[in-house]
Amino acid sequence: MAVALDVRGVSLRFGGVRALTDVSFAVNDGELFSIIGPNGAGKTSIVNCISGRYRPTEGQLFYHGTDITGLNPNARPGLGIGRTFQNLALFHHMSVLDNIMVGRHHLLKNNFLTGSLYWLTGARKEELEHRRKVEEIIDFLDLQSVRKATAGTLPYGLRKRVELARAMALEPNLILLDEPMAGMNFEEKEDMARYIVDLNEEYGMTVMMIEHDMGVVMDISHRVMVLDFGRKIAEGDPAAVLADPHVKRAYLGEEDEALVDPDHAPIAAESAA
Amino acid sequence: MASPSLIPAGDFRSSYAVDTTIFPTKTSRNAAILGVVLICFAPQLLSEYWLSQLIVIGIYGIAALGLNILVGFTGQISIGHAAFFLFGAFTSAYISNKTAIPVFFAIPLAGLVTAMVGLIFGLPAARLKGLYLVIATLAAQYILLDFFSRAEWFSGGSVPAMAKPFSIFGYELRGDRHYFYVVLAYVVVSYLLVTNLMRSRDGRALVAVRDHYLSAEIMGINLTKYRTLSFGLAAFFAGIAGALYAHYQLVVSNEGFGIERSILFLAMVIIGGTGSIMGTLMGTAFVVLLPESMEWISAELKGSAIDRALQLNNNLTFLREIAIGLIIIAFLVFEPDGLAHRWRQIKTYWKLYPFSH
Repeated sequence: MAVALDVRGVSLRFGGVRALTDVSFAVNDGELFSIIGPNGAGKTSIVNCISGRYRPTEGQLFYHGTDITGLNPNARPGLGIGRTFQNLALFHHMSVLDNIMVGRHHLLKNNFLTGSLYWLTGARKEELEHRRKVEEIIDFLDLQSVRKATAGTLPYGLRKRVELARAMALEPNLILLDEPMAGMNFEEKEDMARYIVDLNEEYGMTVMMIEHDMGVVMDISHRVMVLDFGRKIAEGDPAAVLADPHVKRAYLGEEDEALVDPDHAPIAAESAA
Repeated sequence: MASPSLIPAGDFRSSYAVDTTIFPTKTSRNAAILGVVLICFAPQLLSEYWLSQLIVIGIYGIAALGLNILVGFTGQISIGHAAFFLFGAFTSAYISNKTAIPVFFAIPLAGLVTAMVGLIFGLPAARLKGLYLVIATLAAQYILLDFFSRAEWFSGGSVPAMAKPFSIFGYELRGDRHYFYVVLAYVVVSYLLVTNLMRSRDGRALVAVRDHYLSAEIMGINLTKYRTLSFGLAAFFAGIAGALYAHYQLVVSNEGFGIERSILFLAMVIIGGTGSIMGTLMGTAFVVLLPESMEWISAELKGSAIDRALQLNNNLTFLREIAIGLIIIAFLVFEPDGLAHRWRQIKTYWKLYPFSH
């Protein structure tokens, strides 16, 4: 199995705050990889480094062998990296359809000149072809009834689904899902888990997911990584990770020698206490 | 409860093409075409005065449309729009006077040159937002106006610049009755172009930048490019409108295009409805006709019983200004979504009449 994403020794600091410290891991092609950890462990920071919102202070990121450490965020969809956000980041005043169509931005070729001359330049034909693709995603995620609704008026669970649809429209090889099930009820979670498994198995996307719902993570992930205080404390298949003593301590809150930083020995101990 | 949809029951779309038309129904499309056909008879039916009002609404409507791309769709702000309008006017006058290029081509050319200038002044928008951007565009307003009063080779300096009348195939279109059609053609084409823009890739990108620039960037949208582009597009339509104005007035001067005019353009966009294409035209008509109707009311009041009782006399002129200000404030308070929103509500109401509850 080829390596899709290779994260090598990534550290991220904001002034004196260490969001990430020397995190390394690799996600293989076709894998469903989950990151878990207590709040503030640095899970979203990792995703932000991969999608380009943050530039790591140290370390490098490789996507299919290409160094993407300093690449502009808007160049990443072209490589095949897509993501969703933890706290909804939809285009609130646009319709659901337009939201998803924005995901096709890097695949569409018409511009402000050809787009303005809609009928004469083939922009119409192109838009309609991509509309067909978008409708396939709408069918897959059961969004037909809210297709024309304004995104900002939708209930939370649906907005999360629209966001997934928008990320799918990018046609990524690697999709980063930041807490896709946060705030959902049981049925919505079941649906979302099904969609994620289908993304992985049917669409063949490599999925990297951050999720707090342990049940879902353990059920659908191929591999799990655990972060705590910006450090990787465990990685492996779900059952092994769950049995790991460091993980138990991270969640139950005890002192953990794996977290003791030689430079800042007291920090982890104090916070844990 | 009134349904928010304006699509009649039983109107099912069976292809994506039908679902992406400009007008939601055939009736609305035919009504719009009929409206344009009817307005073609305006020069035969209306007095010179009303015709000139229509022409001014058309010209300002194009400029306001440009500003709506910037303010309404991209969520930026500019209080230098009048300077770009004036730049287009001077450029078209300059091109048609100093070169052999006829006015017919000078107008779109002036639009392109103004777009270039707009792109340059739009560069700060890549970095600045909100109040800081306001100040940057304020600089554009003053720099350009200062340039017009100094660059005698370009604008004639303190002497107003002359502009040639519009001509096509050697036939001169003089006077309101002929020029009306030139403006009408430009209005129809401009509004169609922008409508198309907003339903294609780059239009959506502009709105995405407005609604959530961080996720827009993750969706592959280059923020710097689209923020600057919106300034270029806004300046393009300001330039076209300015050029049309120049060949309508046949003389261009600095006067009346200070910051007040820029703010009036903003008022048109806000009153019409930010992010609404047809609303722009409504807002422009409102802002142009409001002083006129206030003028009419104050003329009617003059010498009337109310006038005598309150001893208004010469204060009527000031009352007019106050009334205009009050109406605009009332508008912002009670109709923040603009005339376009009110229009939609009226349509929804009548769709279900008399069973709207």
